[in-house]
Amino acid sequence: MSNEIKHHLTPGILMAYAAGTLPEAFNLLVASHLSLCDDCRAEFESYEALGGELLETQAFDQAAMSGGSLEATLALIAGGPVEEPARPLRAKGVLPTPLQDYVGGDLSDIKWKPVGMGVKQAILKTSSEASARLLFIPAGAAMPDHGHKGVEMTMVLQGAFQDEDDYFARGDVEIADVDLHHTPVADIHEDCICLAVTDAPLKFRGLIPKIAQPFLRI
Amino acid sequence: MIGILDIVDAGVVSLQREGRAALAHRAKGPKNGSSQVSNNSSNQNTRLLWVHHMNRIRDAQDKAAFGELFAHFAPRIKGFLIKSGADASLAEECAQDVMVTVWNKAHLFDASRASVSTWIFTVARNRRIDILRRENRPEPEDLPWGPEAEPEQSDILVMQEETESLGRAVRELPDNQRELIEKAYFGDMSHSEIAEATGLPLGTIKSRLRLALDRLRHAVK
Repeated sequence: MSNEIKHHLTPGILMAYAAGTLPEAFNLLVASHLSLCDDCRAEFESYEALGGELLETQAFDQAAMSGGSLEATLALIAGGPVEEPARPLRAKGVLPTPLQDYVGGDLSDIKWKPVGMGVKQAILKTSSEASARLLFIPAGAAMPDHGHKGVEMTMVLQGAFQDEDDYFARGDVEIADVDLHHTPVADIHEDCICLAVTDAPLKFRGLIPKIAQPFLRI
Repeated sequence: MIGILDIVDAGVVSLQREGRAALAHRAKGPKNGSSQVSNNSSNQNTRLLWVHHMNRIRDAQDKAAFGELFAHFAPRIKGFLIKSGADASLAEECAQDVMVTVWNKAHLFDASRASVSTWIFTVARNRRIDILRRENRPEPEDLPWGPEAEPEQSDILVMQEETESLGRAVRELPDNQRELIEKAYFGDMSHSEIAEATGLPLGTIKSRLRLALDRLRHAVK
């Protein structure tokens, strides 16, 4: 499957995910992509190793632990482990496991809200620095032409879409910024479902979407 | 399984193929001389000692082994958390929590997939997100540290060697470039930093961080 993925995450984003410095919504998209893409996962793991080496080479300076801290830690350990529920290794379904955690299930559990023209969305609850939502675009339909105030990353989960530049299928990530005005069109063969994350509100160019925007929180 | 040296790009020749001789040869570069060789092998021995300690904790609840790991890693974790914005008492508490997790999850550590430093870094990172940002961290499915059959000794050696060569490359970066990479590992990203990390707009792809990364890649080669 990973061989078919053509549009990957950038080194900077993979490094930031390994470092843990991205907003939650972006983390969700990266975790979803890594669940499907072995190439990016390998690169991501190398950035985790880089973090370990920075820790090792004292990049972060050492701070002396207070007296008795080892004994205090051993006492915590003696208190017994906190049992955590085991996660399933590979979820069955269309949505990768990290997304299933946010949806509370698979495709049939998504609480869609119509946006118009057959397009639907479901906003996922994340921290406020960035937003994440699932988008449903009927086969062959176009999303409203829109530009961006910030960075928007869109990952295909089902079906495919095409914009002026390229074709995006399951697992592919499109990265758009302020300069890109685009009109993605869903592939005719199947309804397209995507995860879109952005660190700024989208601005639609058409009149009606612009009016609807405050109500739709997009 | 793709190794650490793929950090970078497909062009990197993995030590797995290159073997120990090449590692030694590289260490004997004209600039560094023989003292570098002994440093490298002592670093490598330390890595293997940490792996041994993790196994002792897992198999025999060995408190002496844990004490040595604690003495080495806890102050580093605490420093990492302070740089990330925690005050000293919160950082102290979190560093203890991280070490408790190291004990409790010792059975999940797999030395053929990561060095002990890497693994402890990921535990500390997750704790930081949990405590400082009060956020969930979505993780990829198929947990990277899932329990598997006992790994092959040769795989462990290769992984620990690769990580050591990465560590050496980090140590040998010019100060200003290493500082850029360090800076990327704490604090939270601003909007403009996210934009830069996506490689857009096109004009900023050659950011200074990018140059530092390129240099690191070259060094690992």
